[in-house]
Amino acid sequence: MSGAETISWTPVRKAPSPLARLFDSKPFLIAICLLPAFGLLAVFLTYPLGLGIYLSFTDTKLGRPGVWVGLENFQYLLEDRVFLNAVWFTVFYTAVATVLKFALGLWLALLLNENLPIKSLIRAVILLPWITPTVLSAIAFWWIYDPQFSIVSYVLVDKLHILSSYIDFLGTPWHARWSLIVANVWRGIPFVAISLLAGLQTISPSLYEAAMLDGASSWQRFRKVTVPLLMPILAVVLTFSVLFTFADFQLVYAITRGGPINSTHLMATLAFQRGIPGAALGEGAAIAVSMIPFLILATLFSYFAIGQRKWQQGGSDE
Amino acid sequence: MAEVSIRDVRKAFGTTQILHGVSVEVADGEFAVLVGPSGCGKSTLLRMIAGLENVGRGEIAIGGRVVNNVAPKERDIAMVLQNYALYPHMTVRDNMAFSLTLANAPKAVQEQKVSRAAEILGLGSLLDRYPRQLSGGQRQRVAMGRAIVRDPQVFLFDEPLSNLDAKLRVQMRGEIKDLHQRLRTTTIYVTHDQIEAMTMADKIVVMQGGRVEQIGAPLDLYDRPANLFVAGFIGSPSMNFLKGTVQNGAFRFGDMMLPLPPGPGGSDGMAVTYGVRPEHWRLDDAGVASIVRLVEPTGSETQVVAEIGGQRVICAFRERVSARPGETLHISPDVMHTHLFDPSSGMRMA
Repeated sequence: MSGAETISWTPVRKAPSPLARLFDSKPFLIAICLLPAFGLLAVFLTYPLGLGIYLSFTDTKLGRPGVWVGLENFQYLLEDRVFLNAVWFTVFYTAVATVLKFALGLWLALLLNENLPIKSLIRAVILLPWITPTVLSAIAFWWIYDPQFSIVSYVLVDKLHILSSYIDFLGTPWHARWSLIVANVWRGIPFVAISLLAGLQTISPSLYEAAMLDGASSWQRFRKVTVPLLMPILAVVLTFSVLFTFADFQLVYAITRGGPINSTHLMATLAFQRGIPGAALGEGAAIAVSMIPFLILATLFSYFAIGQRKWQQGGSDE
Repeated sequence: MAEVSIRDVRKAFGTTQILHGVSVEVADGEFAVLVGPSGCGKSTLLRMIAGLENVGRGEIAIGGRVVNNVAPKERDIAMVLQNYALYPHMTVRDNMAFSLTLANAPKAVQEQKVSRAAEILGLGSLLDRYPRQLSGGQRQRVAMGRAIVRDPQVFLFDEPLSNLDAKLRVQMRGEIKDLHQRLRTTTIYVTHDQIEAMTMADKIVVMQGGRVEQIGAPLDLYDRPANLFVAGFIGSPSMNFLKGTVQNGAFRFGDMMLPLPPGPGGSDGMAVTYGVRPEHWRLDDAGVASIVRLVEPTGSETQVVAEIGGQRVICAFRERVSARPGETLHISPDVMHTHLFDPSSGMRMA
């Protein structure tokens, strides 16, 4: 013992203040934590969505409050060739772009999952399309698709002499449609590739070793091990990708504005076109509301696809 | 079934040499255990036998056929990996039948082989479960079932028990040994646990730093370790080493003398390391004086940590010892079971 005196100290408990007690109450905490989220959702989601649905049943025009017309807008749209064409192109655009994005994205993810020498550099390059603002990349594509100054035409015609005349990318309907799909795929690949890469990296390498010992060829390892184990994340990424593509607006509006002869209108661009520049708010809203059933379908699909598979239930894999 | 020959196998990852020329012969039907501290190259060697790593130099032959350039699936081996590597999206049945499905075996054959393996391992009621619904020991058994279904020439086990708790480990140890006795398939088993090696093996290969230190039957290794490393590695608690010199036909350390083991004892004045296993100390009033530091009764025996001439030794007495820390205990080694090593080379002298 060192001879220093023992200092006696007893902790003092203060009675908590009313405010402190309030913050200790669970119902109050729940309410106060939920409030900002509820507020944001109500102001920026529920109100515009409600307003849009309401407007779709009116004949509101810019500067003129409309009256309730029931389903008139929708009846009109059902006979509108431009609208029906937009519906068809939206579905086509979503389907083709999603398939291409997933094929290429999965391929890239599988490549990046191997031990490549400059892996991190490639990964950074792959992310580039995603971090570029959409409108900027749309303008870049606009130049790539320019009838006179297109680099693609220049290379094919002037350098490689494969074609004899410049391609009119955005001047004819099918050229324009495919050009937009290419731009969308280019923009969408990073999201798919990086998400699937994350999924691939959760698959234990020892499973591949076990499969190799079990006699699986590399294709069988992909089919029987990689794909089923990637399915949960694949379903999530697929749903998001479908939703994003279906509701795409920026790329199309910046590159073609729906032209030529309305052949590349998506439902979103057509809704905007009719509603704001065309001043027919009610009709535009009706077009936007027509997207809802499709989106609900995609969400339902995700609900069932994301739902846990039987093998995912229970403990961990280790 | 087949014998496995490993002939002067070397392996380097980059500039790091992992294996420096390892040669092991495993006879047909034998249970061989590769044991050593982590990083000694035992797992790499096993993975080379399985075909998961390329053989750098040297040869590996299974059943007389050199397999250096043979794909894993054509080597006719089955391997149980450390983390079991069960396919999480397949039921126990599908996990076990996977290799058969890949080989396009008829359904009836698959069914028959899976149920036989399930019967051997007592997995019958679990066949429709998924791996996540199984306990550690059950997963371990499924991994073994997957190996049994293939009817391989050689079983390879890579630390299969290291993920299990102590009690289950002892139980599974017994099951694996029992399995081997029933199937008589050549088995190569990797572990860092010398008790597993001692209890299961027909033949132990002790490895360290990418070299084989000694190959032999468990008790041979225990009774006549070839060098200081094996002497210290095999046995628990490990062998006591006392540093001293040879003097007048006895071992001298400090001012104490201990009798030398029979055999060539080394010349007078030579520095030696004297090894005594804990259980080979006896209480002996005529023995050397030791100061008791710690007494640990385990019931079946009493372990005493004591100090002789400033060197710490562990003794395990069958009888109950009532000595208390600080007291003096007179002990002497069982001279027939003492070991003498050359401290410079680490090799056994007697």
